[in-house]
Amino acid sequence: MSDNTDGAVGAAGDDESLAAPTGVSRRGLLGLVAAGVGTGALIGGSAVAASRVSPSVDAAGQYAFRGEHQAGIVTPAQDRLHFAAFDLTSTATRDDLIQLLKDWTAAAERLTQGLDVSESGSVGGPELLPPDDTGEAQGLAASGLTITFGFGPSLFRTADGTDRFGLADRQPAELATLPLFAFDLLEESASDGDLCIQACANDPQVAVHAIRNLSRIAFGTARIRWSQLGFGRTSSTSTTQATPRNLFGFKDGTANVKAEETEALRDFVWVGDDEPQTWMHGGSYLVTRTILMTIENWDRVSLGEQNAIIGRDKGEGAPLSGGSEFSEPDFELRSTSGEPAIPEDAHVRLAHPTQTGTRMLRRGYNFVDGSNELGQLRAGLFFMSYQRSPQQFIDVQSALAKDSMNEYIRHVGSAIFAVPPGTRAGEFVGSALFA
Amino acid sequence: MKPRIPLYLLALAGGTALLAGCVPNPGTDAAATVIAVDSTESGCTVETDTVASGTVTFRVNNSGERITEFYLLGDDELSIVSEVENIAPGASRDLTVLAQPGSYFTVCKPGMIGAGIGQAPFTVTGETVAVSEDKEAAIAEAVTNYTAYVKTQAAELVPNVQEFVDAYLAGNDDEARRLFPLVRINYERIEPTAAQFGDLDPAIDYRKPGAEAEGLEFTGFHRIEMDLWLDAAAANYPDETITALDPAGRAEIGNKLVADVTALYDAVHADEFELSVSDITNGAIGLLDEVAAPDGKLPGEENEFAHTDLYDFYANVEGAEVAYNAVRQIALDSGADGEALVAELDEQFAAMKDLLSTYGDYESGFVFYDTVSQSERNELGAQLNALSEPLAQLTHAVLGVDPAA
Repeated sequence: MSDNTDGAVGAAGDDESLAAPTGVSRRGLLGLVAAGVGTGALIGGSAVAASRVSPSVDAAGQYAFRGEHQAGIVTPAQDRLHFAAFDLTSTATRDDLIQLLKDWTAAAERLTQGLDVSESGSVGGPELLPPDDTGEAQGLAASGLTITFGFGPSLFRTADGTDRFGLADRQPAELATLPLFAFDLLEESASDGDLCIQACANDPQVAVHAIRNLSRIAFGTARIRWSQLGFGRTSSTSTTQATPRNLFGFKDGTANVKAEETEALRDFVWVGDDEPQTWMHGGSYLVTRTILMTIENWDRVSLGEQNAIIGRDKGEGAPLSGGSEFSEPDFELRSTSGEPAIPEDAHVRLAHPTQTGTRMLRRGYNFVDGSNELGQLRAGLFFMSYQRSPQQFIDVQSALAKDSMNEYIRHVGSAIFAVPPGTRAGEFVGSALFA
Repeated sequence: MKPRIPLYLLALAGGTALLAGCVPNPGTDAAATVIAVDSTESGCTVETDTVASGTVTFRVNNSGERITEFYLLGDDELSIVSEVENIAPGASRDLTVLAQPGSYFTVCKPGMIGAGIGQAPFTVTGETVAVSEDKEAAIAEAVTNYTAYVKTQAAELVPNVQEFVDAYLAGNDDEARRLFPLVRINYERIEPTAAQFGDLDPAIDYRKPGAEAEGLEFTGFHRIEMDLWLDAAAANYPDETITALDPAGRAEIGNKLVADVTALYDAVHADEFELSVSDITNGAIGLLDEVAAPDGKLPGEENEFAHTDLYDFYANVEGAEVAYNAVRQIALDSGADGEALVAELDEQFAAMKDLLSTYGDYESGFVFYDTVSQSERNELGAQLNALSEPLAQLTHAVLGVDPAA
């Protein structure tokens, strides 16, 4: 087992390797791979006999799409995200769903290699035909693109209990819409979904290109319910990465589960063999939360109070009980005045594994979606966590009810997805679910 | 640009054959079944309503007092399989078609305007007749038939608009409001063609913001819509003083609309009016883009006061489908990809119309669009994408692929 590598074949181990211009360009690869993409939206793709260039096996920033686990979970967090949740259209059948997953598998495998979505691609097709590929990623490298797929509870059973696709008896007991938490102000248009795709890359255009083309393939079968762009990863998923900062200016995810922690991944991230739904073995549960930050309010908070709210110091990221970033917080320590060094309602205290008894692998991104009509930044954190059981997230989020940080955030989006294990040769994403 | 063969030349050539949505077959001289048609002022009598497949000649005699036309329509009662026009009083002309099995309609149009009279079902039985794969001729045929369709829609538009304007000018506002979405149907089916005539589409169909942005006088359908739904207009534009038009104002706007749609009729009936096959296929996409645009039907901006957008939506889809049907056989003959595309488009057009039908129909009325929820609009949009994506491949299937060798 190689729990900690997640099928990575390339480099892109840190932010500095991103989007190497020396990578294999898409234009050079047109017509390279005869993948089995040949239905639905890709009608008309014909074999193009073009001079072919072999891709360099060590091309920078390519992650294998196939493997034991899906890429994009423990893969060193890339800097950019485009996430999309989809709903199946009302006329879609089980066969349509299976075909979509097959088409998506074939397309995703190409895209993660830095290829156009089909052989004829963005410029290799006939003049009178809209190109198969939208073309904005021509000349860009693979850029560490990973594409990760998930299944929402509504895929198995609709809100009124209908078993649309004959999958109800395959629904894991734990895959249920999350409960409403304190201070939730959820918007339907930013929550839930039958399917999801997480596209992470070191180049935003590559991530957007992936979602745009996969969405196009889905026309007629599924439509985007909501989507989210992210920049600036707010977690590290590898010890090779420095801890990034969120829009509050604080280091985020210091205690995150890392790719190198094989045991922690087994205990906290990967669904084990004890899960009755065998198709989920080696998979994980993804929770997404769209968290708006009241940026302008936060920026008027004094440094001391900011530190107290987080429970760490803003510069070093060290716990207020002392030490450096990776020092264990001492929640018992009291100041000379008798107050806890780390306040009772500090974020780090409430969220810390020693307090909650659990850990999660976080993969959040900052976002700024312009400004609202009042000129305030519409910004925040798109939180994503992977865990072996949704209960881990529920426990942590419930513990955060008294978090003093709640004054400066609003949870407006919430979703949960079952992320199946990796796709092996000859399989399509989630094929075991339909076996 | 593909050469186009004017229909009257084909018809005058005697044995020229036109087949149902397919290719002319000029070599056919075999004994054609001759069916007598009598076009009068009040009727359109066809000798028989059933015929075996093969070459069929409709011998149309005009015993009325005005120039007449005769049409063979497809099963949808919209697409024109073939037609013969300009039949003078007392004259007789032949329309020869290679009739393939299926359901059709026959109809005459004395005066060459309006919806036609004496429309009746016509059935062709038997086996499909093999045809040549002369693509040039097939394209010419498609252009001819689609051009006839555009003329027909324009011809129906004129009296419909007159009826609507008459009600409006008479102060019969309830009737005018009832007619408003219906009278627009003909126009919405052929909108890309109307848009070819620079000044006409802005005068006939511009919305208030569009007219103002371009510094044009706000006239046409939507100006009358604003006057008929004055409360909605005042609510949409709270910063403006929107007042009812007086009778003189109504007359000016109403008569101008009639004049403009009459000008459209004249333009599409002029000798120099010519469409190419890519006008047809790209026009189909244009119709669906009209629906999806930010100021189109999908967001409910087309009829911002009357909220009758679903009528326009349905008519745009119908117009796109007629354009598609005009070239469907050519796509089908272009090989396996063409066959797959046709199968997909047949399915998606049906799915689009089925979905729209859940909101009503022309006869009993569509629901007002402001009652259609966001999630329902999203579903409509998703189906529109499912239809538009393969439709964008139609031009290639028709013009970009050689017929199967």
